[in-house]
Amino acid sequence: MEYVIIGNSYAALGAINGIRSIDKTSPIYIISKEPYYAYARPVISYVLYSKAKEENIFLRPEEYYKENNVVVKTNCEALSIDPDNHSIKLSDETNMHFDKLLIATGSSPFIPPMKGLEKVKDKFTFMTLDDMKSVEKAVNKKKSVLIIGAGLIGLKAAEGVLDRSKEVNVVDLAPRILPSILDEEASKIVQRELEEKGIKFHLGCSAEEFNEKSVKLTNNEELSFDVLILAVGVRPNTNLAKEAGLTCSRGIVVDTMCRTSHPDIYAAGDVAEEVELTTGESRIIAIIPNATMQGETAGLNMAGGEKHFTNPVAMNAIGFFGSHIITAGTYNGECEVIKDESFYKKFFIKDNKLKGFILMGRAVDRAGIYTAVLRNQLDLSTIDWNTLKEKPSLAAFALKERKNMLTKEV
Amino acid sequence: MKRVYVNEEWCLGCHLCEYNCAFANSNEDDMILACKDKTLDARITIEDRDDGIHFAVNCRECKDPLCLKSCIAGAIFRDGDMIRIDKDRCVLCYSCIMACPYGALRPTKEKVMGKCELCTDNGRKVPACVEGCPNKAIVFEER
Repeated sequence: MEYVIIGNSYAALGAINGIRSIDKTSPIYIISKEPYYAYARPVISYVLYSKAKEENIFLRPEEYYKENNVVVKTNCEALSIDPDNHSIKLSDETNMHFDKLLIATGSSPFIPPMKGLEKVKDKFTFMTLDDMKSVEKAVNKKKSVLIIGAGLIGLKAAEGVLDRSKEVNVVDLAPRILPSILDEEASKIVQRELEEKGIKFHLGCSAEEFNEKSVKLTNNEELSFDVLILAVGVRPNTNLAKEAGLTCSRGIVVDTMCRTSHPDIYAAGDVAEEVELTTGESRIIAIIPNATMQGETAGLNMAGGEKHFTNPVAMNAIGFFGSHIITAGTYNGECEVIKDESFYKKFFIKDNKLKGFILMGRAVDRAGIYTAVLRNQLDLSTIDWNTLKEKPSLAAFALKERKNMLTKEV
Repeated sequence: MKRVYVNEEWCLGCHLCEYNCAFANSNEDDMILACKDKTLDARITIEDRDDGIHFAVNCRECKDPLCLKSCIAGAIFRDGDMIRIDKDRCVLCYSCIMACPYGALRPTKEKVMGKCELCTDNGRKVPACVEGCPNKAIVFEER
């Protein structure tokens, strides 16, 4: 048996685990476009922010690959997949055979056409270790940074460069920051916190025209900058799968076993789309725990096991300058808010089930108890929700549940 | 593997385990110095219910640890049956707090994530919470 994984991040590592839990010996080949072994992608912003050391960014020691009979082909791109012949054409002009294939190609920054962008010399995206190294080199205390995009990537980049640069301006077409994980009220709170740290926002507008070191915005404002970071959004890398004839919507469509429309090809991570837990709709859930769990599921099934991943749901832990936000699920249903000066929590409840939540400040403590209620879609009438929503605790669960959690191996 | 279990029928809710835990993990020689007038840096939490039931919660050393699967930095790793945190890698992103169904992780004074490691990280043979429990409600055993 020969396993091939295209992609070299969290889903790939999950798949190695999954495969090796059943098949201890067959070779696993990893095709990596980047020149590195798998590294902690979101930690790049922490390296800029001086909270992490670059040498600690690699997720597994080199021996790990040898011990697990995993061959990583770095600097190598998969150009096309021939599903009928179980073969992949690689950029080093060789073909690689596979018995079982995992596509874990992730996503790439999306750069919309913007007038004059070609005139900007120092422009970067912020997705890879090399992106981070380039930004690190380009910024210094004399340089102004302009970031297009006030989402997770843009704002973590902003946090990373703030202390290293003269000023940081962030532009977003949306009227508020972090629209993918926060609602309007929460967005405002976080925006205020970031403004207090010195980040300047220009929201509800976009770049009309770039010059080498300045931009005119659609609201007629003009900003000068030295370094431009583009963080508008990402697109799943579905081309290989589409050209191979696999069923794709926005992402590669997979079932609960992470199988694509071809019996020997699986997909996992930011490139895959599956049925989301709280809505029942098929969508991409581009978060690390999902990539890891889908990868593991795919790997196990590739090796002949039978594992289903049935509760994929968005969840994000993100923080800026030492304050923290934890969110999960989707924001529809009835809303319950509990807040004071030091914390903010908002729950979204529908059909007596927790569908989503936003926790900020002190409210993030023990947040996983809420996540578990959501992931298991517990009927809230079976627990003491009124106690739980005030304070996350196992005390809110019935005796039988407490015994299950605390009196045996879990 | 031996783990820490709590018999809630016997827990008095005295919170002594929290003090013993904070002391064991404090690098102080004196319990008063470790605990008095300080925010307790404990890795075990007593929960109190209105009906008089109390019980302690610490890391369950899960067989399928969601904290590990959610860690963005590769800081949480498996060491045999134990789940450990590499303090040099932790960026304190709170992903593990987001994922742990037991609410068993919390940041330490050193600004990295902390959790119970059954006192294996402070040179004890028996966890301090177990040793100091006055009613033997907390036990260290294989189940």
